[in-house]
Amino acid sequence: MKVLVAVKRVIDYNVKVRVKSDNSDVDLNNVKMALNPFCEIAIEEAVRLKEAGTAEEVIAVSIGPKVCQEQLRTSLALGADRAILVETDDELQPLSIAKLLKAVFDKEEPGLVILGKQSIDADNNQTGQMFAALAGLPQGTGASKVEIAGDKINVTREVDGGLQTVALKAPAVVTTDLRLNEPRYASLPNIMKAKKKQLDVLTPADLGVEVKQTFKTLKVEPPAERQGGIKVETVDELVDKLKNEAKVI
Amino acid sequence: MSILVVAEHDNSKLNQVTLHVIAAAKAIGGDVDVLVAGKDCGAVAEAAAKIDGVAKVRCADNDAYGHQLAENMALLISDLGKDYKYVVGAHSTSGKNIMPRAAALLDVAMISDIMSVESEDTFKRPIYAGNAIATVQSSDAIKVLTVRHTAFDAVAAEGGRAAVEAVDASHDAGISEFVNEELVKLDRPELSAARVVVSGGRGMGSGENFKLLDGIADKLGAAMGASRAAVDAGFVPNDMQVGQTGKIVAPELYIAIGISGAIQHLAGMKDSKVIVAINKDEDAPIFQVADYGLVADLFNAVPELEKKLDEVL
Repeated sequence: MKVLVAVKRVIDYNVKVRVKSDNSDVDLNNVKMALNPFCEIAIEEAVRLKEAGTAEEVIAVSIGPKVCQEQLRTSLALGADRAILVETDDELQPLSIAKLLKAVFDKEEPGLVILGKQSIDADNNQTGQMFAALAGLPQGTGASKVEIAGDKINVTREVDGGLQTVALKAPAVVTTDLRLNEPRYASLPNIMKAKKKQLDVLTPADLGVEVKQTFKTLKVEPPAERQGGIKVETVDELVDKLKNEAKVI
Repeated sequence: MSILVVAEHDNSKLNQVTLHVIAAAKAIGGDVDVLVAGKDCGAVAEAAAKIDGVAKVRCADNDAYGHQLAENMALLISDLGKDYKYVVGAHSTSGKNIMPRAAALLDVAMISDIMSVESEDTFKRPIYAGNAIATVQSSDAIKVLTVRHTAFDAVAAEGGRAAVEAVDASHDAGISEFVNEELVKLDRPELSAARVVVSGGRGMGSGENFKLLDGIADKLGAAMGASRAAVDAGFVPNDMQVGQTGKIVAPELYIAIGISGAIQHLAGMKDSKVIVAINKDEDAPIFQVADYGLVADLFNAVPELEKKLDEVL
């Protein structure tokens, strides 16, 4: 079985995000960029399937500007066999990304597609579901466990209040949650090897997909600043404040 | 202008988040219909009909929707959704699972996790885990939205008298099956919906010490959370993690104990109404966002707090 993993280049999760002074966006100049943490988990899961002998090939795909090749190289260093960049400088919204992924899916015909449940920049949590809908595939979102049994893929999902397991008919789509696995670090020899692995570049036109935007961001603002409060001296004072001033207990 | 709200329920009870979602729909304005899709879910439809301000309840009672599988639900919602200008759900694990799939079938974008309605086509939503707020304008003919329920006050569960209309549909995509569900026995409220959250950090020192927080959590009827540092140290499981990559909470009262206040953690809890921090390091960043800070050794302060709560509650 081939496994296709979609990965995204995002701001490193340790960076403190700052909004630009003209309120047009957050400032990404000279900011460290990285593989989206949920995508890292997706790559790890695919590589583990390959190590277990369940998957034959792991293909990483990213969609975006040329610099996304960096994150594809990281994916290759983590164990993906080859990579595809769908290169575009256009603004990408989840529905267009889903359409591009569908085109890549049709070309590669993988048995399983793994994505992160969301990216830590736009926090949409949409792309995997949209892609699954367009490709007519079943989906297991927010996965904490994936088991492959023949042409059935059992996915345990983290849902509000517990866990739910669904059985999906392959080919299927899985989106990863934090508990699915703990991604490895890329070793230096693997980073060197990754430089030589195959990385194909396509364009949306090659795939016959038109990139469209149907919403626009009018403004990006910092959240309302939270004012620090007061220091209390004792537990008694704390309980008194909570009861009589904040009235929350 | 008409709005279809997708109700959240377990076939027997309507989930309270739906009352918040309806509040968001009313903020947009227009007739609000509620879709109750499930199996033997008549009681839920009856409850939905009583909600204040609901025009009509559409009840799709069929095996295909019994477990609300996204594959089947999205077919139903995209089918019914064609007649509406808005299709709205909660930004819960269920809404996140179903709504984007329905949006793609309608060939429209989705706006996730809205926290305010600015106008009929413009909404505010958090990005970068709430470290920035984006104002977005949609040009789609049908707008599919999910709602951050903590940002909208619930509408009244009683007072309405809407008609319940049966929807004759049975979309079964035949590509997925429900296997089982392990719902955590909730001795405590669920973290993202709790009124009070008590969280421990690295300062707790061990998983064993988290038991110290039980007393306070019991007395306040609180959910229990943790910082990423406490999770990474193996003190508690991942599902307790509050923060950018964990759960985002906005309770009325958040008590952070032995938590320094790393950016990732603050991103997950800074919208709480009242924040209390107990930490022995007076320079800990958590004190910059706390309404009430107590500089103290938690191993003394926590038992004392529990005793004091016993007296006043």
